[in-house]
Order: sequence, then structure tokens, then C-alpha cells
Amino acid sequence: MAATSTRTFRPSAGQRRLGAKLIGAALSLAFVLVFNFFLFRVLPGDPAKNLTRNRLVPAEQVEVLRESFGLGKPLPQQFAQYVRDTLSGDLGISYKFRRPVSEVIAERIWPTVLLLGLSTLLSTAIGLWIGIRGAWRRNSVFDRVSLGASLALYAMPEFWLGIMLLIAFGVGVGPLPGLFPTGGLSSPDTELASLAGVADVARHLFLPCLTLTLAYIAEYALVMRSSLLDELTEDYLTTARAKGLRDALVLRRHAVPNALLPTTTLIFLNLGFIVSGAITIETVYSWPGLGLLSYEALRTPDYPLLQGVFLLFSAAVIIANLIADLLYAYLDPRVRTG
Amino acid sequence: MTQPTIEEPLGGAPHADTTVPPSLPPQLSPRAISRARRRQAAARAWQEYRRNSIGMVGLAILVLFVAMAVFAPLLVPESELDVTKATGAPFSPPSAEFPLGTDESGRSVLALTIWGSRVSLLVGFLASVISVVIGSVVGIAAGHFGRWTDSLLMRVTDWFLVIPFLPLAIVLATVLGPSLANIAFVIGITSWPGTARIVRAQALAVTSRPYIERARALGAGDWHLITRHILPNVVPLIFANTVLIVAVAILSETTLAFLGLGDPLRVSWGSMLDAAFTQGAASIGAWWYLVPPGVAILLVVLAFTMIGQALESVLNPRLRGR
Repeated sequence: MAATSTRTFRPSAGQRRLGAKLIGAALSLAFVLVFNFFLFRVLPGDPAKNLTRNRLVPAEQVEVLRESFGLGKPLPQQFAQYVRDTLSGDLGISYKFRRPVSEVIAERIWPTVLLLGLSTLLSTAIGLWIGIRGAWRRNSVFDRVSLGASLALYAMPEFWLGIMLLIAFGVGVGPLPGLFPTGGLSSPDTELASLAGVADVARHLFLPCLTLTLAYIAEYALVMRSSLLDELTEDYLTTARAKGLRDALVLRRHAVPNALLPTTTLIFLNLGFIVSGAITIETVYSWPGLGLLSYEALRTPDYPLLQGVFLLFSAAVIIANLIADLLYAYLDPRVRTG
Repeated sequence: MTQPTIEEPLGGAPHADTTVPPSLPPQLSPRAISRARRRQAAARAWQEYRRNSIGMVGLAILVLFVAMAVFAPLLVPESELDVTKATGAPFSPPSAEFPLGTDESGRSVLALTIWGSRVSLLVGFLASVISVVIGSVVGIAAGHFGRWTDSLLMRVTDWFLVIPFLPLAIVLATVLGPSLANIAFVIGITSWPGTARIVRAQALAVTSRPYIERARALGAGDWHLITRHILPNVVPLIFANTVLIVAVAILSETTLAFLGLGDPLRVSWGSMLDAAFTQGAASIGAWWYLVPPGVAILLVVLAFTMIGQALESVLNPRLRGR
């Protein structure tokens, strides 16, 4: 269209909104960087000394380390160096592993992605289904039982649920032997790239995945239920029924799509909560992902590693939220045009 | 439902309506009238709350646990927590002498659970107070002053909302060091954004009402407007929200203590679970060490959730029809 292209660029409301979201996410990431920098500086003791404690290190080597942290320079220069290093993927050296933090973290990403991805998928599907059924047949036996179970699951620490499942299905109760391995990613001497290897990992994955799925189902079921209950009071549903639509169609075509909108945002906002779950559950089942890595780092305590993991978790959640916002604008025409 | 759709802010501002209830003698000062009205409103809310069976069950459970925490020294002497004076065998199952068995150093799990309620509840309450105070101040300031104050405060709120709670809390707690006050502080400082959002929305709704404009025209300053008009309207909402925050705070304390960030000198339910897990209670099947603290947490959090939901349905007119 030649007529529009000659005009000066005027961003539409949707584009302005998109721009605001991008800037917001970038600001949040910048905040994380600043926070991380100052946290490191207020830590008790000299970072270079912390790094070398419990070891006999020649004074000149400590000096080299101090140089690499830029500790002799003024704060703004330190900050500039820190930002440069972080953006280029240099997160420092882990105290515990004595290797670059980025290397240690990279090895641990995939187990966490596998565990969180699978349990998020399962819990979303099951949780939404339970929520929809409960709200649609409100106060039915199904609704009451699922609501009670959801509230109970929501009220227990997820790691406690994990330990209980570990005792019941991993260790075994009384004469019953344990059905599943109690920890780790795979048995010591299995080849991962084989059918037996995949089956072995699946057996190890089962309990942590079950725990996380149960822990998240509650949240999704509760949110979906209340969101659909809100929607069910709307007049357009009465209209839909009045024009003779079957109940199932009223639910599927009218109520659920609208109720899903607020739920989508909440699911993504919940990613922070999901990450928290990963830390404790991976600890309980010694699942070698980022969660267990955080636990190892805080027990040492290994500050560079801890900060690296925090940076990664925060960035992941911020970006996921940005995607959720964009998705939301795509799903909801009112947001897109308005 | 005879209740009309109420567009009024929650709680009913004393200045918003002009009719004086017939039960009040006319010669009272305005302040006495508003106080009496508030008392009446509270009594009405309590009447309604009492009819909510879920809320009453929650309240009963909570009273039981608070009594247990307060009277812990009378129920079990503190010396039973001393590792050096422990009489039982390590990890022995429940028996007549130890109804809930013993821990890794031969102490009674029952005694630990009773004493653990003190730290868990105390941290929960302390953290909630910190969280609610920050959230309310930020929410009211953002809602009342608007413009750049609002944008700036909401930017910060959004940041805290989006940053994953546990990694942030872990980093802070590791830097500050493990102690009861630090744990409460860390939980409080990371859990206020939800409250700020809710309070801001309510403060915005109140600020745009005509009687605020009238009060401003009569010469009321920001402080007067906030304390006399906005706060009374926001308080019921804050109250219901606080109860739900306590539940979250207790769960957070448990999680942080489980990760070894709790006060090392005091027993809490979370630190019991930490000790049990790191001492291998799960692998030897010592369920009696793991079940009591977990069930206690479950019951207390459930109680707070039940009370919070009941309070919300009493105090939030929009939910009354549900």
C-alpha cells in the first residue's frame, strides 16, 4: 500500500504496548544485573580471599585474582567490567568446582528443562481439566473432592510431598519394596543413548515428575476453576443458552476460551513458583539439574555459582513472562487493538 | 440474595453515606459516630463470618496451634530439646515413652514438633507484618499520588513480582546469614508485591470518588486524606490479604529452613524436615520423624487459607453471591 508507506511512522496502540513490554523486560533484566553486582560487593570479606580460602595460595596469586575482579578500581569501572563480563558469558569461577560458572551451569540445564517441561505440561493439562469440570458442575462430588484435594496439595510444602512419595514408592513401606529408584538421573552403568538408557532415565524421572505435577495441578485447578466461575456469571452465556446451544458447546466455545485468558497469564507468572519447586524437588531426588546445583552452591556457600544460577533463573522467568505478554496480546483481540 | 450490587468501596467509608443509624444517640461527636459505626460493621462481619463453616473450622485449627505454641513450655520442658540430655535411642519408632518416636539424637519428635510451632508461627507472623506494611505503603502511595510515583513504584513492584521468589530469597538469606529475624525479613521483602497491587487498585478506586474531591476542596492534605479516608476503606482488604500472606510466609519459612537457611539455634518445622532429610530419615524409612512436622505445616497453612477465603467472601461484596 503506497499511500500508507509515504506517511510518517505512527505506532499503533498495539505496537506501543509491545514496545513498552520490551522496554519493561529489558529494565527488569538490568535491575537483576545491578542487584547481583551490589550483592556481590556487600558480601562479608574480600571476594578474592573468599575464593582462595582453605588453601595456601601465594600472595601474588591472590593479587592476580583481585585484579581479575577489578577490586582495585573505582566502583563505576568495576560495574562496567562486571556488565561486560556477564554479557559475554563470563560469570566467574565456581569456588566449589574450580571451573567457570557458565560451564558448570551449562551441564546442568537439560535435566531441569526435561523435568520442568514435562511436569508443567502434565500439570497444566490435568489441572485445567479438573478446574473446568469442577466449575461447570459446581458443588458436585467431583468439585468438592477436587477442591479439597487441591487445597490440601497447595498447603503442603512440595518437598515434603516429595519425601513422602520417596518413602512410599522409592524406599518402600514395610514388606513392600520400593518400585522406583530413589535418586539421580540414571543408573551408574547404563548407556544413555540406547533404548534401555531412555527407559532407565524415565524410571528415574517418574517420582520427581509426579511430585511436581501434583504440586502444580492444585494451583492450576484452583485458578481455572475460579476464572471459569467468574466467566459463568456473564450475560453472554445466558444468550448463548437462549439461542439454543447445547451445554457442552456453551462451555467449549464460549466460556472456556474466555476463562483461559487470565489463566494463561497466571500460568506464566507462576514460572517463578515452578522454579522454586525445582530447587527443593531436585534436592530431594538428587536430580542433577540447576535446582540441585543451587542447593549445592548455597550449602558450600559458593557465591559466584549461586549468583550465576540466580541470574539464569531470573532471566528465564523474565523472558517467559515477556512471551506470555506477547501471547496474551495475540490471544485477546481487546488487548491487541485497544 | 437480597444484597444489592454494591459499588461502594469495601468496609463502607464513614463519610461516604450520610444516614445515621437509628441506634445512635444524635449528640455524639463525628469521631465517636464513625468509631461506633466501625464497631457495628465489625460486629456484622463477625456475624456473617460465623455462618461460614469453612472459616470457623480454620479458626478452630489455628486457635489450637497458637495455644500449642504459646503454652509449649508448659506442655514440654525446654530441656527435652537439649541434645546432650536426650534419653531415647536414635531413630526409634513411636512407643509409649515417645508417642511420635525419636530423632537422630534420641530426642522426642513430639516435643520438637510442639516447640517447632513457635518459630514457624512467629516467622510467619513477622514476615507477614513486614510484607503487608511494605505492600500497603507502596500500594496506597502509588494509588493516591498517581503519576510518576505510581509508575516508579509499579515498576519496582513488577520487578519483585517477576523475579522468582526462592532464588532471590536464597541469595538474600545466604548473604545476610541464618537467623530468625533475617529469615522473616527476607520473606517479608520478597512477598509484598501482591499486596501492593491489590491495595493500589482499591486506593485508586477510593481516590477517584467525589467525596475525596470534596474533602480536598475543604482543605484536607494528603496525610489527612490517606489516614482518614483511604486507609479505612483499604483496611478490610488488607486484613483478608494478610491472613493469606501468613500461609505463604509459613510455607516459605519451611522451604528456606529445609534448604538449611533457617536459624541454626532454634527448632522449627522446616529445620526438623531439614535435619530429618540430611540425616537420612527418608532412606531408612523413619516416617515418624518426617510426618509430624509436615502434617503440622499442612494443617496450619490450610487453616490460614480457609480463614482467608472466608474473610474475603465476608469482606468483599463482589464475592458474596458465590
